[in-house]
Formats: sequence, structure tokens, C-alpha cells
Amino acid sequence: MKRAFPILGILTAILLSYSLYMALVVAPTEQTMGDVQRIFYYHVPSAWTAFILFTINFVASVVYLIRRKQGADIVALVSAEVGVVFCTIVLVTGPIWARPVWGIWWTWDMRLTSTLVLWLIYISYLVLRRFSASGETPLLAATLSIFGALCVPFVYFSIWFFRTQHPQPVIGGGGSIDPRMLHVLLINWLAFSCFALLICWSRYRLEKLQREVEQAQALESLTQSPGSPR
Amino acid sequence: MTDAHIQPTPVITVSNLIKQFGRFAALRGVTAEFTSGKLYAILGDNGAGKTTLLRTLAGLSQPTSGQVTVLGARKFHDVCHQVGYMAHPSLLYDEMSGLENSEYFARLYGIADNSRCAASIRAVGLDPDLVRPVGQYSQGMRQRMSLARALLNDPKILLLDEPFSNVDVHSAGDMVRLLGRTRDQGKTIFVVTHQASLLDGTADEFVWMEAGQIVARTRDLKPPGVMT
Amino acid sequence: MPSPTGITRATLVKDLRLEWRSKDAINSMLFFSLLVVVVFSFSFDPNAEESRQIAGGLIWVAFLFAAVVALNQTWAREIRNQVLDAYRVSPAPANSLFLAKAIGNFIFVSVLEALMTPLFVLFYQLRPLGPAWQLLVVAALGTWALVVNGTFFAAMSLRTRSREIMLPLLLFPISIPALLAMVQATTNILTGEGARVWMALLLSYDLVFTTACLILFETVLNAE
Repeated sequence: MKRAFPILGILTAILLSYSLYMALVVAPTEQTMGDVQRIFYYHVPSAWTAFILFTINFVASVVYLIRRKQGADIVALVSAEVGVVFCTIVLVTGPIWARPVWGIWWTWDMRLTSTLVLWLIYISYLVLRRFSASGETPLLAATLSIFGALCVPFVYFSIWFFRTQHPQPVIGGGGSIDPRMLHVLLINWLAFSCFALLICWSRYRLEKLQREVEQAQALESLTQSPGSPR
Repeated sequence: MTDAHIQPTPVITVSNLIKQFGRFAALRGVTAEFTSGKLYAILGDNGAGKTTLLRTLAGLSQPTSGQVTVLGARKFHDVCHQVGYMAHPSLLYDEMSGLENSEYFARLYGIADNSRCAASIRAVGLDPDLVRPVGQYSQGMRQRMSLARALLNDPKILLLDEPFSNVDVHSAGDMVRLLGRTRDQGKTIFVVTHQASLLDGTADEFVWMEAGQIVARTRDLKPPGVMT
Repeated sequence: MPSPTGITRATLVKDLRLEWRSKDAINSMLFFSLLVVVVFSFSFDPNAEESRQIAGGLIWVAFLFAAVVALNQTWAREIRNQVLDAYRVSPAPANSLFLAKAIGNFIFVSVLEALMTPLFVLFYQLRPLGPAWQLLVVAALGTWALVVNGTFFAAMSLRTRSREIMLPLLLFPISIPALLAMVQATTNILTGEGARVWMALLLSYDLVFTTACLILFETVLNAE
């Protein structure tokens, strides 16, 4: 296990560099949007990665509720934190892309809007974790995670239906994608996933250590004899 | 008085109970057995873990590790009918009268018979017909009303956390006598208190706690270690 | 053995009685609702043509404010004197407590809405072009969506720091699909378009989250 981490780190570094090169240099320039379109290779994989991380958060929360294992709680925490980071990337790259191409900063685009709502839900999740007393945090957070997951289909459906009633510009383009672009997209996604895994793993170890230290501190007088009686 | 020839049955067993709040461990491995029909006084300084222990027995606090068995059940909810709990806050609604409070809590226990509410209020020396809202009671009256609520379901075990706190001497004395009578009827009573002297002569056993552990259990009110 | 519906009823009656006795809370909330409507009327100048388009959104934002103020009060009484411990120690099921609180909140918020709506109609000269009875359905479904989750999150906020801000912080993101549905449905009814899909969305939202709340409430109540 110990060897795997640095290996993953090196692999990630290689993949990220390679995918950067692919995205900015190798990938063909888009017809209508020009080079600005290359942000697509960051926008879309970030969204996919965030979504996967939030799914992991949901599964870990359910596991925690059923089995009350601390490991599950740490996985939930970690995946939420890193997921929020990737979500933020989506929300930042979206407007950056939209502005030069479509002249608007924001639109009720499916991906952008649903990412925004997910981001809000998970920010509230992180705030809840921060603000609640340590004993009950895992339980409350797991509950909120389930509520968030239940909300997701409603988010998608309501935005989709809203758009059919009020047509809006679509960022990111529907329709078919050039196979070379798809290739670059997938490479980037792989790189992002490795990066996410690396960060999550690192954070997991950190959190686990922190909790072990706390527990040790709490019980440190267990082996000492009781103080002298009055 | 329990018959000395009969092996007393443990009503509560606690096994290596640990309760951790972040960096602070309120209970650091408490192991004990408590038998029926006795009045136990749990004593110790602030932070010794008395309240945490009582709340764990009452099912209000889940231990970090270790086991609690109350009346043979691991899950408190299986035996909650037979346990009464009282704490320093009154656990009553200030805007309702004593009887109205009683009647509501009786519903929670599935007690349809309202006369039991009046009876338990009378048992603590209060007037069930008093319309005054509980919020306007004196502290002594309020604690007695709270005790009445704890006695409502005729529990086998009573868990009381600081019942005499800020109560006038007269009311406190009445309560102690009532607790003694209740114990004589065969109930097991746990009293967490700072005012150990009030229970001198009534309590069957004094349980001394310090830094999250039970350090001594004595028959009479002498702090452990004084004799040696 | 206590019956769950009996306990829900007893708790609801107790809450309504206590609410009635301490009329301060009711009065201040009624006044608050009135203020919200007035402030909105100043901020969003109603002109008969546009008002129908935005009224749906405005009225629900106003309801949302009122709901949050009411919801923050939900558990206050149970925390004073730690009465909640007495409930937890008793054999009464956690769900009954939740339902009683949610229904109580529903009644309370509905009263506030019933006060605010005529004022909105007055200030904005609203006349629904679609069937008005549908507005009642939307109001009921939408209010329940806010109240059921709000009661749940209010319980979650109990042991957090900054309790009052925690409730809207948790409630708003999760409520977004429901809010969108409420607003769109109301706007559509006012402008005479169809609102059935939005109403169906609200109904399924209500069913899903009521179930989730009922299943998970006990966990939240006993987290300590």
C-alpha cells in the first residue's frame, strides 16, 4: 500500500501533463468557437468527476448509517470536500467559456444549473459538518447526504422541464463530437480522476490520523491510576 | 429492606463504558453492577462523568464503546416503560399547569387513566388542581413536579440527575423521604448529586466517581481513602 | 401501549394550545408577514401586465421568509427545560413527534399564507386566468414541501452552532426543485397556462421527502 501512493502520484503527474498537452496543443480547433472551446476539456471532466465523487459520498453515507463504521464517514467527508472543489471548477469554467462565445455570463443550462444546485447542497453539507458538535456530525451529515441524493433526480427533471417551457442557450453544445476531441476528453477525464483519487487518498490518511490522535488524547489517562482521594 | 439471604439480581450492568467527546473522555472505562431495590448516590466533582453515566443509562447518550444492560436489555427502548428520568432542568412545559404536563406525558406512556396523573402529583406533595403554569413555580415545586413526571409510569428504575439543586431544605427533605419510601417499595434509584449529605442515612450505597471512572463504592458517607 | 396516531394528536394539540397561550409568537409572525408583503410591494412595483409574471415568484419568496421564521421556532419549546429528553426517554415513537411538529408547522404557515395572499392580490391586482382551485393545491403541496423538510432540518440544526442560520442554509438548496415547481406552477396558473406537470413534480417531491423524513428522523433525534 505504501508504495502505491507515490506511484499514483507520478502517474497522475504524467497523465496531467500529457492531457494538458493534448487539450491545448493536439486537439483540433473547434470550428465556430476557436481556441476558447478548449476549456471544454476542463469543464466536462470536472463535472463527471464531481458527480462520481458525490455518488461515492452517497454510498459511503448509506454504509455509515447502516454499519456506523468510522472509515465510511471519513470517505464521505473526503469525497464531499474534493467533489466541491471539482464542482467549483465547473462553475468557474462555465461562465469563462460562455462569455466570449455567447456573450452571456450565465444561462440556465442543464449542466451548469444542476451543478450549481449540487454545489449548494454540498456546501451546506460541509457547513453542517463544520458547525455540528463532533459526536453527532457523522450521523447528521450522512442523513443530509441522503437528502441531497434524493434531490438530484428532482433537480434534473425540474431544470429540464423548465428549459422546455423557457428555451435557453445551451453551453457546451449538444450533438455529436469529433472522435479526436472525444479521445482528448477521455484522457483528461482519466487524468482528473487520478488526481481526485490522489487528493482523496491523501486527505483520507490525514483525517484518519487526526481522529486517532484525538482518541489517544481523550483516553490518555486510562492507564494512569486515579488521582489521590480527598 | 432486601432479604440478605436472597442473591440480589443486578438490574443494571455496565461493562467497560467509554464515552468520548472529541478530545475529552467523559467516561474512561466504567464497569459496575447495580442491584435492585437500592438507592445509589453517585457523587463526584464536576467533570467526573456522573451526568454522562446517568444519561447513558437513560439511553440519551450512546457510548463510544462498551456495554450497558438495563433490566436485561441492551437497547434502552425495550425497557423504557420501566424507567423514569429526571434532570436538573425541569423537563416540563412552562406554559402548562402541572396536571396538563402530567396528562401529556401520560399519553406518551400510553396511560389513558388521568387519575394516575393526579395521584403522582399528590405523591410529591403538590396540589393537582393548581392552575398556575409550571414556569411560575418555585424551584422546589418545580423539581417535585419533575419527579412526579418521572414517577408517572410507575417505573422500576429511577434515574435522577441533581434533583435537589437549588431546592429549599424543606422540599429537599421531603423529596429524600419520598425517595426512601419509593426504594422501600422495591424500586431501584440512582441519584447524581453534589449534596451528598442530604442522602446520608437514606442511601444504600455511595458511588464515588472521578475523572470518568468509579473509584470507590462505600456504605456510608465517608470519602474513600480518608480511613487509610 | 401508546398508539402512534394518538401521540401525534396529543402532541399536536399540546403544541397548538401552547402556541395559543403565548400569543406573542403568533402576533409577531403575523405582523412580520404583513411587513414582508408591504416591502415587496415597494421593491417590485406592480403593474398589471408584468405583475402576473412575477407574482408567482414573489409570493413564494414571501412565503419562504415567513416559513423560515416559523420553522426556527419549531423546536424552541422542546429545548427549553430539555423537555425533548423526556420525550426521548418515553416509549413514544420519534415519528409521531415529527409528524405532530410538521403538521403544526403546516397549519401555522398556512395561516400566515392565508393572511399574506389577500394582501398580495390587493397590491398586485391579481386575477388568476387559470382555475383558481389549482392555486390552493399548489399552495398546499408547496407549503408541505417546505414544512416537512424545514421541520427536519430544524431538528438537525438544534445541536449546531448558529442554529438560526443553519436552518435556511440546509433547507434552501434541497428545496430548489420544489421552489422552482411552486413558482412555475403559480405563475402558470395566474397566466392561464398548464401547471399539471409542476404539480405532479411537487406531489412526488412531497411523497419522497416525507418518506425520507419519517425514516430518518429517529436517527437525527437521537444523535447527540
